[in-house]
Amino acid sequence: MSALSSEFAWLALVVAGFLPSEAWRWLGVIFARGLDEDSEIVLWVRAVATAILAGVIAKLTIFAPGVLATVPTPVRLAAVAIGFAAFMTIRRSVLAGVLAGEAALIAGALIFGK
Amino acid sequence: MLTAYLAGFRATWTSVFSYVLFGTYIGIGALAHDFGFSVWWALASTILMWAGPAQVILISALGAGAGLIEAAIAVALSSVRLLPMVVALLPMLRRPDTRAWKLVLPAHFTAVSMWVEALRLLPRQPREHRIAFCNGLGTGYTVTAIAATLSGFHLAAKLPPLMSAALLFLTPVAFLMSTLRNSRMLIDRLALGFGLVLGPLFGYWQFGLDLMWSGIVGGTAAYLIHRFREALQ
Repeated sequence: MSALSSEFAWLALVVAGFLPSEAWRWLGVIFARGLDEDSEIVLWVRAVATAILAGVIAKLTIFAPGVLATVPTPVRLAAVAIGFAAFMTIRRSVLAGVLAGEAALIAGALIFGK
Repeated sequence: MLTAYLAGFRATWTSVFSYVLFGTYIGIGALAHDFGFSVWWALASTILMWAGPAQVILISALGAGAGLIEAAIAVALSSVRLLPMVVALLPMLRRPDTRAWKLVLPAHFTAVSMWVEALRLLPRQPREHRIAFCNGLGTGYTVTAIAATLSGFHLAAKLPPLMSAALLFLTPVAFLMSTLRNSRMLIDRLALGFGLVLGPLFGYWQFGLDLMWSGIVGGTAAYLIHRFREALQ
């Protein structure tokens, strides 16, 4: 390994990777105790989960990680919009939306990228 | 039990998420390679963390020389979504006599791909089969992700930058399409719309728990509008 020592990387995987993500799932097991599938609380919690997920989607598009940031922001936003349009027009197909969005991103990066 | 487990496993073969996960984890395997992690570390991160965005954050943060605490906080903030996802899923699996430890594995397998497919497919499964079905789904997706992490790690040097960018773009696009597909009720569509606006807005102001707050504010607003509409009818 280059910059990282092997021991530190493994320690970090457990302490900074596994525990901070798995702990939310364990908390979920505790909080879900005694909740009914059709209860109002579960309906609200699902709305919160959906809104967080939407936040993740928007943040990954606008504040893009790694090399994705080299594709101009308007291209990324337009690609999501084109994917959405394809999803709506082609029988609400996830595959169609993903393929159209990806194709638009690649085309846009080739045309407008540096 | 075994039949239900295998049914869940097989459901991943025909699922669009298997392809999306494959692409996403090729990107993650390549990223781990580029930042100097070992292939075993990359595989372990896929199995233990099982959350794509958090893995991208951990690998980039550690690779950029971030400290343990800093990386842990960044991962914890990005994984907040797992809590409400698990809380919304488990009541569909549990029966009155179900022991809590049996829910730990389905909770571990909970990630966007598995959650979205479970919410869609579970109503068709008899309740006593649902835990096994979810474990089958989770195993199927994990096996796909493991194969992709390995492939990505070995392909890393050959991937052109635009290809890597396109693989990173898979996560937001696929998350959006799958959430849209599962949003049949008004409350889901409102929550999706509010989250799309509030997430980057709160993120831009950078007050730490921005994802959690955009979820609570957006989700609660969607819920209240839903209640209000029901009261009118």
